Amino acid sequence: MGVFPRRRLAVALVAATALLATAGCAGDDEPAENGQITLTVDVFSQFGYEELYKEYMASHPNVKIVERGTGTNLDDYSPKLTQWLAAGKGAGDVVAIEEGLMVEYKANPDNFVNLLDHGAAELKGNFMEWKWNQGLSADGKKLIGLGTDVGGMAMCYRKDLFAKAGLPTDRDAVSKLWPTWQDYIRVGEQFTAKKTGASFLDAATNTFNTIVLQTAGNAQGYHYYDTSDNLVVDSNPAVRQAWDTTMDIIDSGLSGKYGSWSEEWVSAFKQAKFATIACPAWMTGVIEGNAGPDAKGKWDIARVPGNGGNWGGSHLAVPKQSKHRDEAIELVKFLTSAKGQIGAFKAKGPLPSSPQALADPAIVDAKNAYFSDAPVGQIFGAGAKTLKPVYMGPKNQAVRTEVENAVRTVELGQRTPDQGWTDAVTNAKKAAAK
Amino acid sequence: MALQLDARPPVAPAPRTARPPRGIRLSRLDQKYSPYLYIAPFFLLFGVFGVYPLIYTLWVSLHDWDLLGSDHPFVGLDNYTRLMADTDFWHAVVNTLGIFVISTIPQLLAALWLANLLNRQLRARTTFRMAVLIPNITSTAAVAIVFGVLFGREFGMVNWLLDLVGVDAIDWKSNRFASWVAISAMVDWRWTGYNALIFLAAMQAIPRDLYESAAIDGANRTRQFWSITVPLLKPTIIFTVIVSTIGGLQLFTEPRLFHSGTNPIRGGPLRESQTVTMYMFENAFAPHYNFGYGSAVAWLLFALIAVVAAVNVLLLRRLGGGRPKGGPR
Repeated sequence: MGVFPRRRLAVALVAATALLATAGCAGDDEPAENGQITLTVDVFSQFGYEELYKEYMASHPNVKIVERGTGTNLDDYSPKLTQWLAAGKGAGDVVAIEEGLMVEYKANPDNFVNLLDHGAAELKGNFMEWKWNQGLSADGKKLIGLGTDVGGMAMCYRKDLFAKAGLPTDRDAVSKLWPTWQDYIRVGEQFTAKKTGASFLDAATNTFNTIVLQTAGNAQGYHYYDTSDNLVVDSNPAVRQAWDTTMDIIDSGLSGKYGSWSEEWVSAFKQAKFATIACPAWMTGVIEGNAGPDAKGKWDIARVPGNGGNWGGSHLAVPKQSKHRDEAIELVKFLTSAKGQIGAFKAKGPLPSSPQALADPAIVDAKNAYFSDAPVGQIFGAGAKTLKPVYMGPKNQAVRTEVENAVRTVELGQRTPDQGWTDAVTNAKKAAAK
Repeated sequence: MALQLDARPPVAPAPRTARPPRGIRLSRLDQKYSPYLYIAPFFLLFGVFGVYPLIYTLWVSLHDWDLLGSDHPFVGLDNYTRLMADTDFWHAVVNTLGIFVISTIPQLLAALWLANLLNRQLRARTTFRMAVLIPNITSTAAVAIVFGVLFGREFGMVNWLLDLVGVDAIDWKSNRFASWVAISAMVDWRWTGYNALIFLAAMQAIPRDLYESAAIDGANRTRQFWSITVPLLKPTIIFTVIVSTIGGLQLFTEPRLFHSGTNPIRGGPLRESQTVTMYMFENAFAPHYNFGYGSAVAWLLFALIAVVAAVNVLLLRRLGGGRPKGGPR
């Protein structure tokens, strides 16, 4: 008897090991505890929803909300979202989609719940028309996302550095300094001549993106792709004009060359290494986070040079893979309502895409204490209603990456402006073909 | 000698004793099949996580496979033909090989030297031996982020130190060779101690009497090292070289986290330190989401590793002139 049971035991052990190994990857279904469900919300950067969640959970005791991805880069977030969608598993019940990537997700609308099937049509009046249309599929039959914010443009600046360079610090006076980008460059040259130890702006790439969106918005309403989805990087005068202006900025030595969103960029905020940064509404939250509480009251917000423009802004969508679609749709409607958008604006500054919210006293009278009590509601809100959106084509993100990289190589002195432009066009075409 | 990479446990002969008939039948079955069961877990896992993904990747690489798309048309070898003509791909191959060479060679030499030191009679020997392994148990991500900051252009400590001795600041992240050096430093910091311990284990298996007789014959430490230690370590050196080749050519975390900001997957504005795995990721995932093309990159990387590993082994075999003869054991 001695040998036999032991062997059987060994066989059983091996089998059990194999079983365990295969079972290791089996489901992670959430257990439903007495009807309570958990809704996961996937975001990037700062959406400012914490207080809104609390309110929602108080009125919906069966719902628990968990937010993931707060503070992450869009570049880290969007590949993950795409992988979750491709795998059919892993995405949150509510996911944020940035406008530049919307067009890619819209190309396969079946990954998402069609919100038009869930009574979203009646909400149309809550959004600026173009914002609503951005979430709509090409045939107009499917709505995959409801708008959250728009990226109305301004120019944020550090008052202490301006004072050091002998420039005015009052926001109205500063706004008058730069009606155009050429004026902005001239002010930058004055600033640089004073040798404050800081650069005039953070990185040419962010500024380029601001200028190109503004120029394109004021012209044909498209930049890298025309509205028939042809790549027009090399033939669109708006792109070339923005490129040339950016080259002037680089030529004048205004850029601190802190690669945007890099660790050096964050350090440069902390150490007050640059005086101005192109500032869409959502950027105010980023600045506050990067520059930290010590810089409170040292920043202020002025008009953007040139005329208006929009950079960024997002939608909220519900992936089809969500197990709690109905509850998730309700949450999306709540967060994108005028009330939800006002709440987010108060928390982290993203500018509402709802005309009702923009007209609300809570926005109109809003001041941002971090930015020396700047009337952010008026600064950003004024341009928002007349905002001219820019059309984004199918490979917008990949093409934008190539063009901005070309700007970066010139900024770092690795390429001349002419070589950089050739690179931008060649690489953009290559990226669009991939 | 004691160092066998393919050492097999001795097979113990089964005890042949008289048993009741039922037992004999079961025991025969047992003897015939249970060995397969014993090795099954490895092959099951290898099948699920090794073979299946490999074959599936090959399948995907023959298609125009948009990660989110629902149609995946078959395109044959189209992805491979395009890849062969893709200058960015070959650029990444050169980066990978460059980083591999300037990280692996100093690393293995340093490991050998370190192992030799640790093999001597030292005070607190175990402490030192454990200490060299500490970098290896630190999270790669943490290492890469810290090194990324150390090698910063403006606020980095390395440039600050260079400045103290009067050297101009180097833009470690957008200078091709400088970024290779910085990444190699990370790799070496992490893996030198690990290889040193492997060498040390092998060194301790070398019979001491060889050294004693060499010493009697008047060979000094250096001579002993090159004439006894190194030749007898050859199988171990081959092992570390192959493992370093596989690891080095698949380098991802260090160069990826070395760059921060927008599009870190490019490894710098001009792809200064983009490795093949990063290029694979850039194509299969953001921003291109071209899964088919990315899979083709993965297969070419596989081929590349096989070729480089084979070349390494051949070179090393040549180096010592024939197979080393084992020790007296």
